[in-house]
Formats: sequence, C-alpha cells, structure tokens
Amino acid sequence: MIHNDNKLPDLPPPKNTTGIVGWAKENLFSSPLNSILTIIACYLLYISLVPAVEWAFVKADWLGDSREACTSGGACWVFITARLNQFIYGFYPEELYWRVNIVFAIFSVLVAALVIERTPYKGWIASFALIVFPVIAFFLLYGGGFDLKIVETHKWGGLMLTLVLAVVGIVAALPFGVLLALGRRSDMPVVKSFCVIFIEIWRGVPLITVLFMASVMLPLFIPEEVSFDKLLRALVGIVMFQSAYMAEVVRGGLQAIPKGQYEAAKALGLSYWKSMGLIILPQALKMMIPGIVNTFIALFKDTSLVLIIGLFDLLAIVQAGLSDPKWLGYSVEGYVFVAFVFWVFCFGMSQYSQALERKLDTGHKS
Amino acid sequence: MPENKHNLAAGNVSFWNDPAKRSLVFQAILFLAVFAVGYIIYQNTQHNLESRGITTGFEFLDAEAGFGIIQSLIPYDETHSYGTTFIVGLLNTILVSALGVFFATILGFLIGVARLSHNWLIARVAAVYIEIFRNIPLLLQIFFWYFAVLRLLPGPRQSLEFADIAFLNVRGVYLPSPVLGEGFGWVLAALVLALIAIFFIKRWAKRRQNETGDQFPVFWASLGVLIGLPFIVFLLSGASLQWEIPELKGFNFRGGLTIIPELSALLIALTIYTAAFIAEIVRSGIESISKGQTEAARALGVSPGKTLQLVIIPQAMRVIIPPLTSQYLNLIKNSSLATAIGYPDLVSVFAGTTLNQTGQAIEVISMTMAVYLTLSLLVSLFMNWYNKRMALVER
Repeated sequence: MIHNDNKLPDLPPPKNTTGIVGWAKENLFSSPLNSILTIIACYLLYISLVPAVEWAFVKADWLGDSREACTSGGACWVFITARLNQFIYGFYPEELYWRVNIVFAIFSVLVAALVIERTPYKGWIASFALIVFPVIAFFLLYGGGFDLKIVETHKWGGLMLTLVLAVVGIVAALPFGVLLALGRRSDMPVVKSFCVIFIEIWRGVPLITVLFMASVMLPLFIPEEVSFDKLLRALVGIVMFQSAYMAEVVRGGLQAIPKGQYEAAKALGLSYWKSMGLIILPQALKMMIPGIVNTFIALFKDTSLVLIIGLFDLLAIVQAGLSDPKWLGYSVEGYVFVAFVFWVFCFGMSQYSQALERKLDTGHKS
Repeated sequence: MPENKHNLAAGNVSFWNDPAKRSLVFQAILFLAVFAVGYIIYQNTQHNLESRGITTGFEFLDAEAGFGIIQSLIPYDETHSYGTTFIVGLLNTILVSALGVFFATILGFLIGVARLSHNWLIARVAAVYIEIFRNIPLLLQIFFWYFAVLRLLPGPRQSLEFADIAFLNVRGVYLPSPVLGEGFGWVLAALVLALIAIFFIKRWAKRRQNETGDQFPVFWASLGVLIGLPFIVFLLSGASLQWEIPELKGFNFRGGLTIIPELSALLIALTIYTAAFIAEIVRSGIESISKGQTEAARALGVSPGKTLQLVIIPQAMRVIIPPLTSQYLNLIKNSSLATAIGYPDLVSVFAGTTLNQTGQAIEVISMTMAVYLTLSLLVSLFMNWYNKRMALVER
C-alpha cells in the first residue's frame, strides 16, 4: 500500500471571498434586503453628491472682489474671500490685526503643547496658560497698557470673538464648577441646598434666556453709576450657565473615585481641603478631561447665540453680510463656510476627546 | 502637654478644631453672604427702577397687547392682553417641542440602528450624518433652513403641488384641514373606547400567556381595534367629515391648514440636530448589550425579530432612557432659538415683544425662566417614572 505522507499544498480561498468582490459580498450584498439597501443608498448618494461637488468646486468662483466675479453658476466663494478679514477679526481696526495674530499664535502654541502627549513641563505650561496668558491676551486685544491703543469691545467680532467667548467661558467656569460640585456633595445642608438650587436653575433654562437676563436684568442689579460692557454682560451669563454644567461633569468625576481613596485620605489625617486638593481632585480632574472637552464643544457651538443680543460672532458676520445689498442672495455660501469652520473645530475636539477616553480608560468597563 | 491631653480626653476641643461647630459657622457665613448679595441687588434694583420710572408687579398682564402674532393655537388678536400673549407663546413652544421630540426620536432611532447595520455603506452614511450634524451649531442650521432653503422656494403662484390638495411655497406649507361635522364626537368616543379595550386585551393576553404559554398577536389585534372601531362608528354616524382644501385666492392661499415656514425651519433643524445625538445614544445602548444575549435567544429558537423586540430593546432601553431624557430637555430648551427667525414661541413673543413694549424685565424674564424650569421638571419626572418602570430589579 502506498501511503502518501506529503501534505498537499493549501488551496487558495474561493475567489469570491477575497479581494474587492469578497468584501462587497460580505459587506454590501450579504442578503437580498442588504443588496436593495445598498443600491438605494448608492443612488441617493449619486443624486446628492454629484451636484454638490459640482456646485462647490467644479463650477465655483474663487477670485475677485465683488459679485460681478461670480459668473459660472456654481458657488460664489468670492463672498467669503472678499470678507475673510471680517470673518476672522470682526470690525477690529485693520492696522492692529497683528495684536490679534499674536494672541492667536500664543494660543495655538499653548494648545498644541498641552495636547501633544510628550511635552515636558506640562504643569508649568498649563499654569502659564491659565494665569499669565489671559493677562497678555487682555492687554493685546483690548489695549490700555504699554502704550497700546484701546479697541472697544463692540468692534470685536468674527472668529476672534467666538474664541474669546468660548475660552473665557470655559476657563472661568472651571473653578466655579469645581466649587459647586464640592458643595453639592458636602455634608452641610445649607451649602448643599444652595449649590443644588444654583445648578438646577441654570441647567433648567435655555442659554438664550440667560443671555437675555444678562443683557436686560443685570444692569438693573448693579449701581447706576457703574456701566457694564455688553461683552462682559454676555460673559457673566455664559459663565453662570456653564459653571452649572461644569459642576455636573466634576460631580461625575468625584463620584467615580473609589470610596477607599476618600477613606485613605481621612485615615492619613488630611483636612478636607488637603484631601480634596492632593488626592481626590487630581484623580477626578484627569477623568473629567473628556467631559470637559465635550462641555467645551457644546459651549463653542452655543457662543453663536450671542448674535441674538447683538454681538457679532462668526455667525452674526454672515447674517450681517447677507443684508448687505451688494451681496444679496449668497446665503448658502456664507452658511456653508461658517458651518465648515465650526465643524472643523468641533469635530477635531470630539476626536481628541474620544482618543483621550480610550487612553484614560482603565479597563473597568467591559 | 498634659493639659492638652486632658482636654482632648474630655472632648473639649477648641472651637475652631471641632468640625461640627466649624461647619455651622461656615454655613452661617455663606447664608449671610447670599442674603447680603441678595439685599444689595434688591436695593440697586429698587433704585434703578424708580429712577427709570418702571413700576413693578404683574398688573401689565391685563393690559392690551396691541401687536399681532403670526401663529396662535388659541383665538388671539391685537386687543387681547399681555397675559394672552404669554399663553400663545407657551402653547407655540409646547407645539414645536412636542413635534420635535416625536420626529427626533423616530429619526434618531432609525439612524442609530442604521449606524449598526451590517451593510457597510448604510453604516457609513449614518456615521457621516451624525458627525456632520452634531458638530454644527443649531442656530446656524436653523438659519440655513430658513434663509437658505425655505426662502428660495417659489412664490404662491408657482407653488409646488402635491395631487392638487397640498401646496408648498415661500409662505409655508398648505394642507387640507379636516372640518368636523355633527356626530364626530361619537368617533372620538369610539377612539377612547378602543384605547380602553386595548388595555384590557393586553392584560388578558399576558395572563393567558402566563397560564397556557400561548401567544396572542396583541399588536395586530390592537391595531385592528384602534382603526376598526372608530372607522365603523364614523360610517354609522353618517361619515360627517369633510376636508377643506386650500385655494389660491389673490396673492395667497386661503383655507386649509397652514404651516408657517418659521415652524418648518425650526422643526427640521431641531429634528435633524437632536436626531444625531439620539442616534449615538441608541447605538451605545444597543452595543452595551452583550452578544451572548442575542446568541442565547437564537439558541432557544427565538426569531431575529422577536430577539430584538423581547431581548435586546428592553435591556438597551435601560441604558438609553436617562441620556435620552437629557436630549428631550435640550430640545425643549433649544426650541427657544425660535426667536432668531421669528417663530412666535415663548421667548420671542413674551421675552421679546412683550418685554420691549412693557419694560417689565424682571417679571417677564422670571416668568419665562420659570416656564422652562417647570417644563424641564415635568419631563424629567415623567421620564424618571418611566425609567423606574423599565429599570432592572436587582435582588
């Protein structure tokens, strides 16, 4: 008997399970229903994407400085390019743009340094960003010291104003939020109820009513002699509103710290503030970063509401541009551009927060 | 030192080192501080109001409003009071919120399920939808639909028609409206009766299944009762329902049901925006159910549809409901953006026009805020009750 011990060579996998064909079979045409869905989706994509790409790129006009340059029937990006300075700086005096640019530059360097994982001295950079940078930014943007000309806040606008509102809103809201969250978890009934009422009231009303309140009621609350800048009033409203949301994020972080940590801190004989400052908050804050980023995204989008009380943020600049008789009828371009700017910022931040969540995930979840 | 030891042993701690006493002092300080700030604000406000000649109080609610509102669910014209404007605004807010919650839930669940589809293309399209719409400010989306889409529709004479009964133009959507004849009350009564009947059918079916194991097609039976009973009564009572079809008269359509473009824009934007968030919630809810549950159900011979209905969805709902509640609350609060395009909601009518005409900032803003607080409270109470019913009962 001849016994063949030689192994036969492996047969290649069947043709229709590999390559593009196999992939399509598996992912697009696995069942009759799936095939129908795929075909419908392809058709819908075809009839929506082709005209959109044609409008936005193929037939678009990019160069020029008035609407006469728009002749090819597609998108008229001239509307955007002609007003780009306004979109970025609002009505800031043109010869002083460099001051805003410096602030933008420092800000981006700081953000990059804090986001990149391997930067050394992160603690120092963070304290610089939180304590020194705001002072520099204030003097550069507003002026008033060091021989810098004052630029009134009603001339601020565009992306610059959007960023100022969002960054000041979140940074100022953070300490208030931490205090409110600690108060909410406090054993002292008066402190606790005060914090609960504060948080629940601001979380229960729309931001727009808070802004209305800040713009019409706040002036009644303070002595007549004190005049209160419109931007400052909006900021007060935003910070109040945002600190309530921040408090809930912090509370989530505090609740996620195992009870043993609190007990260990107590067993070491640390006082309340020491145990919070040295043991609980550092751990909680680290866990809260994704939550803070998400709050920041929400705030960044919400800053567009200030146009209702008459501040000229990025979106308000489009609205203003649309009522300019020279540019009637280019609303789609304006909205698409501003939507794109907001989208880039928010999408970037949400990707960052998801990456952080994966990185900080300690594996307690399944 | 011996004295100190003695003191401690006797529980005679110095005042500042006793946590109980310290916390009392701390709370007293906070209370006084809040009180003082409140008092200063009160003083300033009194002074400011006096110097501007604004009277306080709620008498203004009875004064004649003198301005028109483009959409009102209750009879309203210029001669009605500011109190009525408040109600009109409130009802309009509730209308757009309720419709928004309804449509956003449906669209959100659809997108969320599509995101998990085995069909690669469908899953990708759903993912792109979510990433686009939740990262663009809602106000911008409202503006886009209102100024860039609905404003570009043709005028009344060139309206888009649907089977000659519904029309779409720059002034809004015109639909036929039902005209209820005599005897229509009986149909409504039959509808209520059908709902009661369904309740009992469901109870009976459950008891029967518990006792005998036989399943009863509750859904189809309920649907039959719900549609059949009112329909029979409708025929018996003489089919007294007519439709008023909008007609082009002069420069605009008259008659029928009109949906103003402000409402459409707001509703489309709220639905699309909130649905993106709901979709993510639904996805994470379904993903949180371990695969073993599906496999166990299939191993028992339960069909895929029933697995989804009886095993996956009820468990996923426990994860979904709390964040879904916050999305509903967000939607209600976001409906206040209506004021930016002039849909007559509470903020626009009351905190806008009424406030400007009367100058009663404190009363108007507090009433507006109180309404939103109450609405938020009611919705979260209801959703918490529902959540409790659905929650896992653990030993």
